[in-house]
Amino acid sequence: MTLVFRTADSYFNSIPIMKNIVLIIAAGVVALSSYSQAKVPSVKLKDLDGKTVDTSKLTNNGKPIVYCFWATWCAPCKKELNNYAELYDQWQKETGVKIVAVTIDDQRSINRVAPYVSSAGWEYDVLFDPNRDFSRAMQVNNVPHTFLVDGSGNIVWQHNNYADGDEEELYKELKKLSARK
Amino acid sequence: MPANSGHFSFLPSHYYLTPLKKISAFFMCTCALLSNAQEQPPFNPGHISGNVQILWQQYSEDTLIGANVPPEKSGFNAFGNVNYTRGDFAAGIRYESYLSPVLGYPARFKGTGLGYRYARYTKDKLEITIGNFYEQFGSGLLFRSYEERQLGIDNAMDGFQVKFLPFDGVTIKGIYGRQRFDFDSRLINGEGIVRGFDGEVFLNDAFAKLNEKKTKVTLGGGFVSKFQEGGVYEKDTLLLELPANVGAYAGRVNVQRGKWTLYAEYCEKINDPNADNGWIYKNGRAGMVQLGYSQKGLGISAGAKVVDNMSFRSDRDQKLFDVPVNFIPAITQQHTYILVATLYPYATVINGESSAMGEIFYKIPKGSLLGGEYGVDVAANFAMANNIDTTGLSGLDRAIDGYSTNAFSLSGDKFVRDFNASISKKFSKSFKAKYSFYDLEFNTLTTPVTTEFKGIVYADIHVAEFNYNIKPKHTVRWELQTLFTNQDKGDWAAALIEYNFSPHWFVSVLDQFNYGNPDPAKRVHYLYGRAGYITGATRIEVGYGKRREGIFCIGGVCRAVPASNGLEIVITSSF
Repeated sequence: MTLVFRTADSYFNSIPIMKNIVLIIAAGVVALSSYSQAKVPSVKLKDLDGKTVDTSKLTNNGKPIVYCFWATWCAPCKKELNNYAELYDQWQKETGVKIVAVTIDDQRSINRVAPYVSSAGWEYDVLFDPNRDFSRAMQVNNVPHTFLVDGSGNIVWQHNNYADGDEEELYKELKKLSARK
Repeated sequence: MPANSGHFSFLPSHYYLTPLKKISAFFMCTCALLSNAQEQPPFNPGHISGNVQILWQQYSEDTLIGANVPPEKSGFNAFGNVNYTRGDFAAGIRYESYLSPVLGYPARFKGTGLGYRYARYTKDKLEITIGNFYEQFGSGLLFRSYEERQLGIDNAMDGFQVKFLPFDGVTIKGIYGRQRFDFDSRLINGEGIVRGFDGEVFLNDAFAKLNEKKTKVTLGGGFVSKFQEGGVYEKDTLLLELPANVGAYAGRVNVQRGKWTLYAEYCEKINDPNADNGWIYKNGRAGMVQLGYSQKGLGISAGAKVVDNMSFRSDRDQKLFDVPVNFIPAITQQHTYILVATLYPYATVINGESSAMGEIFYKIPKGSLLGGEYGVDVAANFAMANNIDTTGLSGLDRAIDGYSTNAFSLSGDKFVRDFNASISKKFSKSFKAKYSFYDLEFNTLTTPVTTEFKGIVYADIHVAEFNYNIKPKHTVRWELQTLFTNQDKGDWAAALIEYNFSPHWFVSVLDQFNYGNPDPAKRVHYLYGRAGYITGATRIEVGYGKRREGIFCIGGVCRAVPASNGLEIVITSSF
């Protein structure tokens, strides 16, 4: 009777070798997955010319890349990219960073992207992600969401939301990366 | 069974690991894997990532706003994605809960379980996905499978997807499966089968001779067909045989040269009597053209679109937001200020509309007379949509084809006029202001945002927004909005104040007041406060107060989010 009513949990733990194997595997996975840092996943997006680009193959000569997910209808996103525009020259001189602005505008607003970017005078690379494939792969919940990627394609820092002053955080992280080299 | 040990022993005792053996075993496993790393290319264990969104709303009684209080007294919408990637292989799941869905979300979603699962492998120019996937052909006019989780939109495909990139600049896609329709502790797909393929060529990459040409051209085209068991429909005195297979095809071209871009797409759908179009066999057609001009400091965009009988679903009996195969977004600009976006939002009338739009962005240069020290941003947008010009048919023709369509014209019944303009100026390092004006003409018979007023609503909206940096990292932003109209619910006013403490904190208060409602009992304040904490990829937000009823429309039909009162907690995070 007591055997029949034993819960699955207590049954499982009553088999010592099972408990040990699970512990070993779990510890192994934890130890080893800390080895692999998140890398930028491979998604095919189009640039302003209509040419297809593989996001995992984007490089900046070993210098960092900042990915900013934005949309023409997202006010904090535009504020962020406009604020970075004023600092871009200085950041590029100091760290060689390249900013890639990935827009999630779908067909409703995709035609405003190029005119808006030009009127704002942005000098960033722009990539189109109209069906959110890259956003999904990068686990982006909402825009704005910004990622800092080092020269080897590893994602080293990220931040969602934007408020005036957040650029200080990004600048600190950029300097940290440059100091590493 | 041994009586002494207190547990079930089915293995001989030497199989059990003593503490020393456990430690050695773990150590040896790790060493084996690590030394593997030294002898060969480093062992890649792959990477786990994911994201989570949890929304919980509590509902209290509030007779003043007619608040809705379901029996559960709260709504809970949550989902979590977990993905594993290793080299060219990826797999993942999404677990969802609707216990019960929050007000405004499709009420039929319920339970908790897996809503999405996939595995994907890329090799030899081929990418294959099995299980669930999202995909878009061209602009979506022919086919779009996508998700808009906050709005309850998700027509994910369930089946197989193949992408083939044989040469530089050439992409061929194939899809086959069913569409997501419902959720009841697990994914429930619609009845119909959707299958199709799409090809696209970026000529400048595909042909070496064209690599360096200034003009960039992309050509694309696709074919999609849906299968659903045929049936019979009784109309007047006729017995119509409903076709089991419905096909549609589309072609598109994108040209980009210097400052100019041109995009055009045409789509035709054959023989699709359905619940949306009144069971007619007339072919559906849609065409769009978009022109853009961009130079530093100036951007111009203009376009026109015609849609005629383009409701295309994998289940002919469905309507509203359910199992659409294609995606035809509204011609009007996506608005974000609350009174502009949630009272009279336009959505494409998929059974037929002619529309056009034009937009300009201009930055008055800094240093000029009007530009001041930082430059001034000016923008204007005009969009309009009318009914297509048709001639009704009679007798048998009417029953089968419904009507015949005349040439493109903008003279049909008015559906919407949306003119807006804005000017934005930075006055000093710490102060910025923006003024926006909206002139709306909105036909509530075509887009039923309300059943109380039937006709055209003429509304003028003014919005002033200010941004002030009190000191480094401390910013306050406030908005004042007013809406003037003699129709429907009358005048509104709204005020928002938001305080941001970079990089982690924010707090805001919003009030919406329908002071001009013809019914004095409905002149209510909807006061709502929220505060949040943000760090890295995590955001935690708490809100409390009266949530105004809102409307969200798609394809000419609208879903209302009822008024409610209470506490709300939102958690979003990714890992």
